[in-house]
Amino acid sequence: MNKPSSHDTGANVENTMSTIDKVNRNLAKRYRKEKTFRAMGIASIAFGLLCLVVLFTDIIGKGHSAFLQTYIKLHVDLSTEMLYIDDPSDPHQIAAADYQGALKEALKERFPEVTDRRQKRNLYGIVSNGAGFQLRQMVEENPALLNTQLDVWVAADDDYDTYYKSRGEGEAYTGRFNEEQISWIEALIADGAVKKRFNTTFFTAGDSREPEQAGIRGAMMGSLFTLLVTLALSFPIGVAAAVYLEEYAPKNRFTDFIEVNINNLAAVPSIIFGLLGLAIFINFMEMPRSVPLVGGFVLTLMTLPTIIISSRAAIQAVPPSIREAAMGIGASKMQVILHHVLPLALPGMLTGTIIGMAQALGETAPLLMIGMVAFIVDIPGGITDPATALPVQIFLWADSPERAFVERTSAAIMVLLGFLILMNTLAVWLRKRLERRW
Amino acid sequence: MTELNAVAQATIAQAVETPAAAAASSASYETVGQPFLDSGAKMSMRDVDVFYGDKQAIFNVGLDIGQNEVLAMIGPSGCGKSTFLRCLNRMNDTIDICRVTGQLQLEGQNIYDPKLDVVPLRARVGMVFQKPNPFPKSIYDNVAYGPRIHGLVSRRAELDEVVETSLRKASLWEEVKDRLHAPGTGLSGGQQQRLCIARTIAVSPEVILMDEPCSALDPIATAKIEELIAELSENFTIAIVTHSMQQAARVSHRTAYFHLGKLIEVNDTEKVFTNPDHELTEAYITGRFG
Ligand SMILES: Nc1ncnc2c1ncn2[C@@H]1O[C@H](COP(=O)(O)OP(=O)(O)OP(=O)(O)O)[C@@H](O)[C@H]1O
Ligand SMILES: [Mg+2]
Repeated sequence: MNKPSSHDTGANVENTMSTIDKVNRNLAKRYRKEKTFRAMGIASIAFGLLCLVVLFTDIIGKGHSAFLQTYIKLHVDLSTEMLYIDDPSDPHQIAAADYQGALKEALKERFPEVTDRRQKRNLYGIVSNGAGFQLRQMVEENPALLNTQLDVWVAADDDYDTYYKSRGEGEAYTGRFNEEQISWIEALIADGAVKKRFNTTFFTAGDSREPEQAGIRGAMMGSLFTLLVTLALSFPIGVAAAVYLEEYAPKNRFTDFIEVNINNLAAVPSIIFGLLGLAIFINFMEMPRSVPLVGGFVLTLMTLPTIIISSRAAIQAVPPSIREAAMGIGASKMQVILHHVLPLALPGMLTGTIIGMAQALGETAPLLMIGMVAFIVDIPGGITDPATALPVQIFLWADSPERAFVERTSAAIMVLLGFLILMNTLAVWLRKRLERRW
Repeated sequence: MTELNAVAQATIAQAVETPAAAAASSASYETVGQPFLDSGAKMSMRDVDVFYGDKQAIFNVGLDIGQNEVLAMIGPSGCGKSTFLRCLNRMNDTIDICRVTGQLQLEGQNIYDPKLDVVPLRARVGMVFQKPNPFPKSIYDNVAYGPRIHGLVSRRAELDEVVETSLRKASLWEEVKDRLHAPGTGLSGGQQQRLCIARTIAVSPEVILMDEPCSALDPIATAKIEELIAELSENFTIAIVTHSMQQAARVSHRTAYFHLGKLIEVNDTEKVFTNPDHELTEAYITGRFG
């Protein structure tokens, strides 16, 4: 026993020197490799950040101007004869009066040299054809304005809006303008009768064919209702399924089969879920088209696998010692789950759910299939009103020919991204709050 | 010395047979000493076999645990001490592949009766684990958890009292009485283990099973727990698994020696550590293997 061990020690002493030398010789190489490895990581992060910066500058650069709208000051005569009102106390007459006509009259007065009919039509196009509604609203709120003359700021038509916004930066965008049209707007600018204001319409109106009257509100509400339905269905169903599969289901072929299929479903292209929704909810169950309720059902189908998978992972991450402790005192299975497993797994489950929701918020394809791509002007008031959703709205606007929709598309993307950032912040905050500090 | 060594090794060699041969010979071995009590047995086990899948972990074990007795279970790692202990309150039920056969009785009642509910059984036979595992809740809620779920108390004042007495019995009260609502996981390892003991005794079990309760603790915390075990034995029946022979010698009344899933010897602790009947026990306590 002794002999070999002493022999070993002798050999070790001999080897020690050369071992250190060997280590030193390799050390420089090892450090070099380590540096390359780190540099590769930094490079990929830098690349990611660069892409993000490019994306954001592009979108914000294009979209920020949509938050402003050009207004034109006109001197309007609100006399009753001008508006064809016989009885100023009759609200019907006030509502039906010809305010657009009053605006036309004001324009005619401002540019008396325009006489040609074609030119006149062009001239009237300076103001948005929604401007009459603005005027009507003013009069309805304050009937005392009748029979007075006043200066009002009304929204400019989108072509003039685009022209005015692009004026500062080199060559202004003239589009289909002719010389005269440019001369009118320049004259108004020279008067100080043109300015940009915050575009409240964008946040309060539904969709419109006229860019200056189009807003994101309808799509926002549609997305909100759709997501509410999705959340209300997918969170409880997903968590219940995860709890059953993790805690109760026997381990056999059948549950293995279910597990494999849940994982497969997570990878199914979303448009398939849209087709499924179209076949089941609309064709078979005869639910209405284009409504957030059906959209929510379809997105529930789509997000369920994500939620189930992340919830199961969260349940598996609960330390077994906690379960044993609870069972050792005599807690029943349900008590172990409700008192210990779920509270500890909740942050993970919520994170998964919010990721699923964020996915659902950005999803377009399945919504196209169930008709949420329709042109809808009214702002939905509930889950059964026809609606569209934010990403679909982006798709619709991106497809529109009017130049002014370009900036609105980017602005809508900004709103969508804002929502996503909000949701992710919420996820982080919830995690922080719910995660045990001990 | 060499002779004895040789004998022990021969016996070990005999014991370390192929599983099939071991199973075949399982009926043939006999536990030496006094595994059975004439009267006053709190729990009694006969012909217990435990299997993990096809692998047998416990061979034909018969053993009584007396009322208010502290029984120590010792033996080399992997010999099945934990497995046997976990049979006593059916914690093995949670392992799918685990199968238990034989008679296991608590005061004459078969604890593996399919009709028996494990929830009240575990309230009667509590367990303290190797690693302290307090719930991620406050100290108070940790101790109050058992009484709450079993509905042992109806009023808050009663619950406060149960928490206090349990913490006092676990000799933790003085250290934590000012921070009952601080997290239980913020305590030191030794305090956490005493908290787990308090949590177990809060439901007033009749038997407490302890699986190496001091293995994660320093000598001072260990001494405290050992002291505690001595006090607890006045009211409770205790079965404790330990790797420390000194600990077994200090706290227990009887000692059971397990070897490769077989119960080799059960005797009064003093006898086991001074004059064991079986050469395997002797070999183990003198530190020749294990
Ligand atoms: N969950 C399990 N599945 C399969 N085999 C197991 C399982 N738990 C224990 N075993 C096996 O049963 C035998 C006894 O294990 P056990 O944990 O009871 O040993 P032990 O005496 O407590 O050891 P230690 O002193 O190291 O804790 C071992 O061979 C082990 O491999
Ligand atoms: Mg063990």
